[in-house]
Amino acid sequence: MSDTLAQPSSGRHSSRAEHRRAAVLGAGQTHHRSKRPDVSIAGLCREAVDRALADAGLGLGDIDAVVVGKAPDLFEGVMMPELYLADALGATGKPLLRVHTAGSVGGATGVVAASLVQAGLHRRVLAVAFEKQSESNAMWALSIMPPFSMPLLAGAGGYFAPHIRSYIRRSGAPAHIGALVAVKDRRNGARNPYAHLRQPDITLESVQASPMLWDPVRYDETCPSSDGACAVVIGDQAAAEASARPVAWIRATSMRTEPTMFAGKDNVNPRAGADAAAALWARAGISSPIDEIDVAEIYVPFSWFEPMWLENLGFAAAGDGWKLTQAGETEIGGRIPVNPSGGVLCSNPIGASGLLRFAESAMQVMGTAGEHQVPGAKTALGHAYGGGSQYFSMWVVADSPD
Amino acid sequence: MSDVAVIGFAEAPNVRSTDGTTNGVEMLVPIFREVFEQTGLTKSDVGFWCSGSSDYLAGRAFSFVSAVDAIGAFPPVMESHVEMDGAFALYEAWVKVLTGEADIALAYGFGKSSAGDLRRVLALQLDPYLMAPLWPDSVAVAALQARLGLDQGLWTERAMAEVAVRSRAAAMSNARAQLSGQVSAEELLAAPMLADPLRAHDCAPVTDGAAVVIIAAADRARELCERPAWISGFEHRIDSGQLGARDLTRSASAAAAGTAAAAGAVGAAGAVGVDVAELHAPFTHQELILRDALGLAEPVLVNPSGGALAGNPLFAAGLARIGHAARQIISGAADRALGHATSGPALQQNLVCVMEAR
Amino acid sequence: MTEPAAAPLSAPLSAPLSAPLEISFDYTRSLGPVLSQFMTGLAERTILGSRGGDGRVYVPPAEYDPVTFAPPADLVPVGPAGTVLTWSWQPEPREGQPLRHPFAWALIRLDGADTAMLHAVDAGCAARMSTGMRVRPRWAAERRGHICDIECFEPEADGPVLTGNGQQAASQSAGVPGMDGRPVTMMTTPVRLHYQHTASAEESRYLRALQAGKLIGQRCPACGKVYIPPRGACPVDGVPTATDVELPDTGIVTTFCVVNVPFHGQRIPSPYLAAQVLLDGADIAFQHLILGCEPDEVRMGMRVRAVWKPAAEWGTTAENISHFEPTGEPDAPYDSYARHL
Repeated sequence: MSDTLAQPSSGRHSSRAEHRRAAVLGAGQTHHRSKRPDVSIAGLCREAVDRALADAGLGLGDIDAVVVGKAPDLFEGVMMPELYLADALGATGKPLLRVHTAGSVGGATGVVAASLVQAGLHRRVLAVAFEKQSESNAMWALSIMPPFSMPLLAGAGGYFAPHIRSYIRRSGAPAHIGALVAVKDRRNGARNPYAHLRQPDITLESVQASPMLWDPVRYDETCPSSDGACAVVIGDQAAAEASARPVAWIRATSMRTEPTMFAGKDNVNPRAGADAAAALWARAGISSPIDEIDVAEIYVPFSWFEPMWLENLGFAAAGDGWKLTQAGETEIGGRIPVNPSGGVLCSNPIGASGLLRFAESAMQVMGTAGEHQVPGAKTALGHAYGGGSQYFSMWVVADSPD
Repeated sequence: MSDVAVIGFAEAPNVRSTDGTTNGVEMLVPIFREVFEQTGLTKSDVGFWCSGSSDYLAGRAFSFVSAVDAIGAFPPVMESHVEMDGAFALYEAWVKVLTGEADIALAYGFGKSSAGDLRRVLALQLDPYLMAPLWPDSVAVAALQARLGLDQGLWTERAMAEVAVRSRAAAMSNARAQLSGQVSAEELLAAPMLADPLRAHDCAPVTDGAAVVIIAAADRARELCERPAWISGFEHRIDSGQLGARDLTRSASAAAAGTAAAAGAVGAAGAVGVDVAELHAPFTHQELILRDALGLAEPVLVNPSGGALAGNPLFAAGLARIGHAARQIISGAADRALGHATSGPALQQNLVCVMEAR
Repeated sequence: MTEPAAAPLSAPLSAPLSAPLEISFDYTRSLGPVLSQFMTGLAERTILGSRGGDGRVYVPPAEYDPVTFAPPADLVPVGPAGTVLTWSWQPEPREGQPLRHPFAWALIRLDGADTAMLHAVDAGCAARMSTGMRVRPRWAAERRGHICDIECFEPEADGPVLTGNGQQAASQSAGVPGMDGRPVTMMTTPVRLHYQHTASAEESRYLRALQAGKLIGQRCPACGKVYIPPRGACPVDGVPTATDVELPDTGIVTTFCVVNVPFHGQRIPSPYLAAQVLLDGADIAFQHLILGCEPDEVRMGMRVRAVWKPAAEWGTTAENISHFEPTGEPDAPYDSYARHL
């Protein structure tokens, strides 16, 4: 780079680039279903990409770089499928990155795409995340036990259910809180035309009557396995200002990682999540999340994770998250609406689930969420986590740049 | 754009097979220690970590999650992972430093290629409907590319053998290389075909390994390294995945990445203005394609480390090329250097990092 | 609780343990409109290409044009014969490849196409292969709408087709046997890969100790925490653990779940109770089975002991311990294990 672009070096951070503004220009997603036999992997991705571009009023020719996210390649049996997908994603001849940070990958995809703009490298970046889980079987792929170990793995539910039990014990939450979340999310999902599970008539009683899969987690408190994709177009300030449509300004992003298992790990309230949230709020200038965030799309694959993450994110004090749920404060119209889209409990194409949270948060502040719009939403959180509650990615978007 | 430089590099010995795990920890712990000793840094100085690895290389979903044990990632770290060569992890790390969110970033890549049948595993990188079900192995696909150039008179079997001769000779000064030695083109050409028109010497060996590179923002780089390798251009591009629809004798993506990366460089020892280039060419003819695409002619020194033909740890080899190129600058041997990484069948995706002394 | 015995690292490290690991699944791929037409065509012994935005005919068809990125307007029949643009020789066919005897891979430009498709050519020996040679498809006797419906290509020089699978006649044959003329919308792709899984040196010591009926953890030299199974590096400090610590086979259940859901690849039939068991003296719990009481009697904090399989059945695996069962001792107080949750 030429010397004229470099700042004179007079202090520790003096030569750094200014953190440039970035905004979501458009978001799109597929109709999520347990099986999408009507499309190929490429067709599934393209359905989301075309909707995102239409939402942004742009074409593939306007895109400078593509970031792809998805969870394990074993789900589709394709090694680095973005290689084969280059034409379908309009990436041929352009830079293409493939992110994989376990279940948080959709969020990480959004963060990396935002970084490419914030670093001043590109004007418009396309983030695409997908999973076509019906190509194989997620329980199988997540339960392959290498030799020598106890063959006890039973998918993500088997992994997380014991930690949910720990949360219930630690917080003293009533047993029905998980079912309350399920009822809310599934009813919200019924307002979302893209949701996989749409159950307007679900009740507390029906959730509590559903089979116990991984005690204490019931069938109706569990995310489905979905085919689906999500795409988001992120632009720089000039692109955002040139857009004729509402945009969602990215106020802050944050990612943190800790080891899967270690002596002293808090599986209920992981420090990586708390640290990521603290950094996020600081960067976004938010001092009281519950007062300053209008709507949150939080990665809740098992219903009990709503109160757990409310605490981890700082919306409630440790042990108090369930009280917000119980009081109905996480419903649309409540103090902190959580997952008006229905969230992961209604649609879970794993690799895309994080980006869906990010996209839905953007849609809320753009005012384009339709029937699941939170009225007047100006500032929103998108959140994802993955691995053994060890990878966290999140962002705050708002209807104005500052 | 702010200034960022490579200030440290280490790689694990390139070997045919380690007895370590596929999560790379055994290879990573020593090279993290080595790169921290080089730079005087500790893990708490690193603001952003990014790794590159592959689940299919390891034969397991989420195979990379245990690799963070090598970091000692508690208190939690700002970290990301790409399912790509570590060179692309370095790119993501560079982006993070450019945004100002980190002063110092560390990228690593690791791969235990020996865990599975590599040639079959890599067949899964091909179109899953039209090609992968036939299980074309990775050497066979490269051989199709090699013959195209041979038939068109773009290169000869001797020219290919000479690439291998240079690689092995250069690797004699690289203690971590897997293959090295003095051989003649005649000896190599006398060997039988492995996958006609490729002989064994045309193909990179199967290698286990890992690599790590540390980059730092301007003032930190100057403070930590006497002669930082300043990144003047960092670009990557991808070509179509339709093998039969692109000209395999050329690399459009490498050329485009090279041109874009050179735009930031001053001087002109070659088209991209470098003294030395480390190319990630897993096959001899691919080095010839890349030299052409990147405009590397005499007197540019290519692959003083021996390159990928002397050791090709998948998901680390590209990052190692950038590391070796940077080392040329840091040591004072070169003023401008280019590191290259490739990904996908037949050079489908290419990354170019141009660095310079200032 | 008993004080764990610390033992110096005395025995030389043996080579790490390793064992085969097979990853095997029959992937079900939905095709979408373009590939569906192509595969349906193959079942009917017709090869279709797509017309791209630049007028070129892509064979196999491009779901999305590499230049315009648009889906194709229409598909057109091509070939079935074509010309070899390049080839390579496969002297020893590998698992899953189209032919069992030596053959060539080739990029073949079918007549009427502008791009080449990858497939096998059955030429007998490399000497019979040449760039520019003419080849035609050899159709599989039973076709299902799959790229393997073309068994391979064969040199036109081999003379007339004797099997009666005449290419021209094929395109007129109505529908596909057993498919009632319906389009092919799915294909199945078996993926079987074989790996050698290796345990870390530290885990191997633990596994070998298990074979001798002992539970060996390791202490991190930096933080002093005891890990069982030991790991390649302490996840907090990033340094290898070196000091062996023998642990008793008693401990507590920190938390647990009851697995009721059956799934593909399951080895322990559900329902079963999977618990986090924290051995006395360890700083991290591991997952194991609890038996010997009703599932609803299992509690957080419950004291348990290992029930070993007969020694004759011991191997280098955690499965030497059949399960854990309650000891009947009073439960550990919550505060004593709260930090392990």
